[in-house]
Amino acid sequence: MSIWSYANPRKFLDTTGPWVPWLMWLSAAVLAVGLVWGFFFTPEAERFGSSVKIIYLHVPSALMAINAWLMMLVASLIWLIRRHHVSALAARAAAPVGMVMTLIALVTGAIWGQPMWGTWWAWDPRLTSFLILFLFYLGYIALWTAIPDPDQAADLTSVLCLVGSVFALMSRYAVNFWNQGLHQGASLSLDKQENVADVFWVPLLVCMAGFVLLFVALVLLRTGTEIRLRRIRALRARARRAETVPA
Amino acid sequence: MRAVLGRDLRLAVRAGGGFGLGLAFFLIVVVLVPFGVGPETEILSRIAPGILWVAALLAALLSLDRIFALDHEDGSLPLLATAPLPLEGLALAKALAHWLTTGLPLVVAAPILGVLLHLSGPGMLWLLVSLAIGTPALSLIGTFGAALTVGLRRGGLLLSLIVLPLYVPVLIFGAEAARRGADGLSVATPLLLLGGIGLGCAALLPFAAAAALRVTLR
Repeated sequence: MSIWSYANPRKFLDTTGPWVPWLMWLSAAVLAVGLVWGFFFTPEAERFGSSVKIIYLHVPSALMAINAWLMMLVASLIWLIRRHHVSALAARAAAPVGMVMTLIALVTGAIWGQPMWGTWWAWDPRLTSFLILFLFYLGYIALWTAIPDPDQAADLTSVLCLVGSVFALMSRYAVNFWNQGLHQGASLSLDKQENVADVFWVPLLVCMAGFVLLFVALVLLRTGTEIRLRRIRALRARARRAETVPA
Repeated sequence: MRAVLGRDLRLAVRAGGGFGLGLAFFLIVVVLVPFGVGPETEILSRIAPGILWVAALLAALLSLDRIFALDHEDGSLPLLATAPLPLEGLALAKALAHWLTTGLPLVVAAPILGVLLHLSGPGMLWLLVSLAIGTPALSLIGTFGAALTVGLRRGGLLLSLIVLPLYVPVLIFGAEAARRGADGLSVATPLLLLGGIGLGCAALLPFAAAAALRVTLR
């Protein structure tokens, strides 16, 4: 059985529907473990004091902000190539979640930056490219809501998502060129020597897993809602037609 | 393609075409800036390249929704789509017409307005060069945005929301080149990157714009 069989909306709903509450509880549990562990049971870093603990929100949300856009890109491609409605609706469902993640990353970063860098905001490349990513999310969502015909909206937003991805990537490197920043480089990677001690790394990993689970649960839930919304609209339209044209 | 280009140019310069509106907008923004930041010469000459770039970008934005909206309203867009010219070619011709009626006048006017902001001599030269290389990319990106929003009511505001983030790389490299030129530094890197973006846009965005037009006309 191929993965494409889940492109049938009914099968998608039947399969993912029961998962959603489980995923919600699981992500809540994992997040609770990760955050409590991170906030209360890790030592304070010598240079940063207790403010370092905001990374348990900041890093996972930043991670998901980018991954949400990547997921939208893949879903848009699937919609453009194979015309599966579930895929287009999943892209639509992911956008507000990704936008909120971007906002969380920006706000927690500002809260951390105030005591550490002495400023809420700096035109640092990473901060700036996140702000630009936020603007891309805004434009994408605005285009979805502006077009009444759902198929047309799915097509146009998919095209925007493809073009926007290229330009978002380009902006990322353009702002690097434009200003050397305050933000530290990537301190987590799989292939290099870790420069974050294990005491911080493990709870951070738990928090990341929690955010991934939360994202998956929210996207599945919202996709299901979109599918039902569309079904209701179709039923209403059918009812209207039945009224106006008596059989 | 030449016929579409000629038609668009004629429509733009004749009465009610809005030719020169962008230019007037550019002038007004540049005149307003000293009122906002104060008349000190050194401050003005320092921010002049950035101000002129941002003002040029906004002026180009102003006329974007006319690219396809008028043709859509009077029904000539479906006719153009059935013409032997492929939609990609139509998008390219429209972008070129937009550049000739908006971008090129801005490029020519920028050094003159630079005088108002006390821009230095080399700064003017490099501002001219960076605008000449960068504004075609603005027109191409704008044509794509206009194609996305052509069928919509209240498309204008949405258009700016979609297009402005796409303008970020062009603005960064363009303003950087002009700033470095004004400071007497080497301008090669930002200008090359700016040219690269422009060529990439010319190669790829007409296809995206045509895809969006096909969806709208379906």
